[in-house]
Order: sequence, then structure tokens, then C-alpha cells
Amino acid sequence: MDTTAQLDEVKTTPWSGGRSPFSVEYGKLMMWFFLLSDAFTFSAFLIYYGAQRFSKMTWPDPDIVFQSIPGVTDHGAPLVFVGVMTFILIMSSVTMVLAVEAGHRNKKKEVIWWMVATIIGGLMFLGCQALEWTHLHHEGFWWGAIPNADVLKELGSDAVSTQQFANLFFTITGFHGFHVFTGVVINIIILFMTMAGVFERRGHYLMIEKVGLYWHFVDLVWVFVFTFFYLV
Amino acid sequence: MSLENTDLLHEQEHATMSKGRIWKVFFILLAITVLEFIIALGVPEAAMPHLVRNSIYIILTLFKAYYIVAYFMHLKFEKYALITTIVGSFILIVYLIVLMLTEGHYLNGHMTI
Repeated sequence: MDTTAQLDEVKTTPWSGGRSPFSVEYGKLMMWFFLLSDAFTFSAFLIYYGAQRFSKMTWPDPDIVFQSIPGVTDHGAPLVFVGVMTFILIMSSVTMVLAVEAGHRNKKKEVIWWMVATIIGGLMFLGCQALEWTHLHHEGFWWGAIPNADVLKELGSDAVSTQQFANLFFTITGFHGFHVFTGVVINIIILFMTMAGVFERRGHYLMIEKVGLYWHFVDLVWVFVFTFFYLV
Repeated sequence: MSLENTDLLHEQEHATMSKGRIWKVFFILLAITVLEFIIALGVPEAAMPHLVRNSIYIILTLFKAYYIVAYFMHLKFEKYALITTIVGSFILIVYLIVLMLTEGHYLNGHMTI
């Protein structure tokens, strides 16, 4: 009969089983799902920041808070230092994709050099963030601490909103910085594995793609932190 | 069946980022960031209302996010099912943004301190 012949026919659509419908390797798919959950965490932080800012009558002026370039000038240069930080992070994202690209061609030496460049970029970013945190700490900002009344007048904000700003700034950039730090550590581990020839023996550099996803995600989060803390 | 089967690898390889394309995306990201700087530092407060300014910043940020996720994270070249799974989930974030900002706005009008 026609119908039984149809029933016996083996289905070959992507969702009929026997193969990965997403056609990505298991570890890479799990990295995507992890990043999705991480994106929800960061979103929750930033949305809470937004809600706080909406609820307050005043808010510290970002052009006044972030107007120093550590080691160069203390005043009158808003956005310059954070611009450098943003450039460093985008640049290290580029070197990461170049490492992935070299991995596709199974070029071990190129992968190593691009990974080294990525790690240096990550460390430079962390250094810049340490400088900025130190500067703000000297100004009087910290978790649960704000500058004196004279400074607040300059910022154009009251004590409550300034405190909320300080807490959220250190929490969110701290959580992001922690991601950068773990990213650097993971990149170093992967670099050593590449140098030891682990991926060469495995025949593919998929692991570079997986850590690459994580690294780009860190860059992605920074794009949003940059906008909502420094620009808006 | 091994998880690291080679068929899968070959399937993934066909659409990859060339070096030229990587640098093109980099220059797009750089250009958007420079544009944000020009608006922030070059355009005086009076010439552009706050709402317009912030809207432009957010739109440009979403553009940057698109380029990072689509090209650097390679999502554009994945299977349609994976793209919709990841991107579709963000409807919940949009919902949370609307909820929380509405709440914040309400508090702004009703707080006594």
C-alpha cells in the first residue's frame, strides 16, 4: 500500500534525529547557551541601572566623573581614556577572529601569534581599568562611599543618586572586568594547548572558536557598558 | 558517533570569515565609535536635545552589537534554527526593559526625597 510505504520511509529532515539540527559541535552550542545566560545576567544589571537612573531626580554628569586621563591630566578630557579602552578591546576582538581564521587553515604558528596579541590586548584593558578604578577611588568613589559635598555640587547630583551611581559603576564594570580576567586566563590556557600541539593532533582548532565566542561576548558587553555609563 | 565528528567540521567550514572581511567589520565598528565621540564632544548641548542624542547612541550601540554578534561571533552563518533560538530569547530582555523603566519613571514622579 501507498501509506505504509510512506510510513516506512526514513525521514531525513534536520529535526528527524540522527544528527545535530543546529549543525554545530556540542561544546560550541553549550558555549552559546552559557553566553545567553550570561547576557541575561548583564542585562539585569544594566536594566536595574537604567531603572535607578530613571527614578532619580539628579544623576552625576558622566563628562565630569570620567574626565581624567591617568598619568596625563586630571581634568577636562571626558571620554578620551575610555575611548582608548574601547579601542583596545575592539582591537583584541579582531586579533581573536584572526586567530580563529588561522585555525581554519590549520596554521599553528599564526594561531599562536594572534592568541598572544589577544592576551596582550586583554591585559592592557585590565590595566586601564585598574588605573580608572584607582583614580575614582582617590576621588572618593567606592562601594558605599561618595566624594564630599563640593565635588557633588560639581557633579550636579545629590548624595543618594551619587551613591547608587558609585555602587552600580563598580559592580557592573567589576563584573565585566572579572569576565575579561577569566577570558585572559582561558586564552592563556588555550595558547599553551596550541603551543603543545594539542589541536594540531586533534586535526582542528574548534577550541579557538569556542574561547573566541566568549572573548567577543566580553567585547559585546563592553559596548553596552560604554554607552550607558559614559555616553548617555 | 564521536562528538567531534569530521563531517560536522566540514559542514561548518564552508562559510568562514576571510581576512578582508574581518578588517572591514573592524573599520565599521571603529567608524561607529568615532561617530559616537563626534556627537558626544562636537555637538553642543543646545543643538541636540537629550532624547535625540540618547536615541542615536542606543541605535548606534545596537548596530555595533549586530556586527560583533553576526560577524565576529559568526552567528549570521549558522543554521536558521540556532539564530532564532539565540536572538528570539532576547524578547524577554525587551520585556524586562519596558517593565523596569516604567517602574523607574513612576518612582521619579512619586518619591518624596
